[in-house]
Amino acid sequence: MIRLDRERDDATGRERERHALAAGPTMAPDFCSPGSSVGAMGLRETAEEAYREALPALATSAVGGLFAGVVLGGMRAELRAVEGLLVLVPALLATRGSVFGSFGVRVATGLHQGLVEPRVDLGDERLRAAATAALANGVLVSLVAAVLTVTALTLLGSPVAPLPVMLGVALVASVLSGVVLTAVVLLVVFAGYRRGYDPDTFVGPVVTTTGDVAGVFFLLVAARTVLALVDAFGGGG
Amino acid sequence: MPTEWSVRAITRAMLPVLLVLTLVELGSGLVLGTLEDRLLRSPSLLVLVPVTIGTAGNLGSILAARLSTAFHLGTLSFDAGDDTLAGNAVATVALAVTLFPLVGLGAWVLTALLGAPTLAPGTVVLIALSAGVALAVLAVAVTLATTYVAYRFSLDPDDVVVPVVTNVCDVLGVLVLFAAVLAFA
Repeated sequence: MIRLDRERDDATGRERERHALAAGPTMAPDFCSPGSSVGAMGLRETAEEAYREALPALATSAVGGLFAGVVLGGMRAELRAVEGLLVLVPALLATRGSVFGSFGVRVATGLHQGLVEPRVDLGDERLRAAATAALANGVLVSLVAAVLTVTALTLLGSPVAPLPVMLGVALVASVLSGVVLTAVVLLVVFAGYRRGYDPDTFVGPVVTTTGDVAGVFFLLVAARTVLALVDAFGGGG
Repeated sequence: MPTEWSVRAITRAMLPVLLVLTLVELGSGLVLGTLEDRLLRSPSLLVLVPVTIGTAGNLGSILAARLSTAFHLGTLSFDAGDDTLAGNAVATVALAVTLFPLVGLGAWVLTALLGAPTLAPGTVVLIALSAGVALAVLAVAVTLATTYVAYRFSLDPDDVVVPVVTNVCDVLGVLVLFAAVLAFA
């Protein structure tokens, strides 16, 4: 009798342990499901949930932003040599983010709708059109930004590099970063989708993070290339 | 997005927005240009530029997306005592208070690893933190104002609020960084 009792105690003990272990994973979806959270959540719970959900993406993109900043900090010589280049930086980075963010969302939607196959196929007409549009718009808007920067700084009487130099830097930077970002967006969205992740949830942070780093890095490459060309061919000083 | 998958259709949908956005960003570029000498003298401050702009835009867009969803679900009311509103606002400020000191410290450490920083680490952290808190408060104000306007004019907040808030926060990022650098460096 005594022995039996103890066995039963052990069994319920183990049972309780299993419940405690299971409580973690089973409580989380309960807590997040719309049924229990809508209306029932107080200020503290809302704030905690919003904080927890946003922190990983924000921290990841902040790390990317810091690396972009390091590249920017390392191109002080180029920023001095191409006067007005710093004025162009916010427009170039924002254009990258918008064009390739939109490209990523479009590809993700295409996958969901079954319009696009999750593999890189240059023969796919839809994919080719979307990639060409992203590249062309990125280059066009960057050239417009270069013209506007030179015009605005000239009107303000501030020193600014000659228009061909600014156009050259904008062209080289937008073509190189465009090609790299097209590849990164396609590879990451397809790889994530094939592993069963919803691209909608990660395409935004991926584009802002790689977009900032690639945007500033290829701006440096473009500034060096154009400065070297100006040196080699005289460029009128 | 029911846009057709052709270069022409995608360009027609995207180009006007991109051109307006470029004009706005040019404005923040010109503000950045007036700070150029100061930024070139202290590389840690130059390192802060992309991350401050980016994080400000992200804080605004996340808050805007959450409020838009709450708005669609009907759980949002424009009332100072509304828990969804107040909770998300508190979270935005808390996120800024968590991230920006680390961003400032990261900027200083990375600059120190690559050369001699000209500012004390405390100064860079102070600039990052004060800019971050000011940006979070501004992001909340801009998002609430934009969401409220969208609500009054019966516009879908997904179409209007997220792009407006992200770009306004980008520009505010430069302006606030400008003010923090003038105040503390």
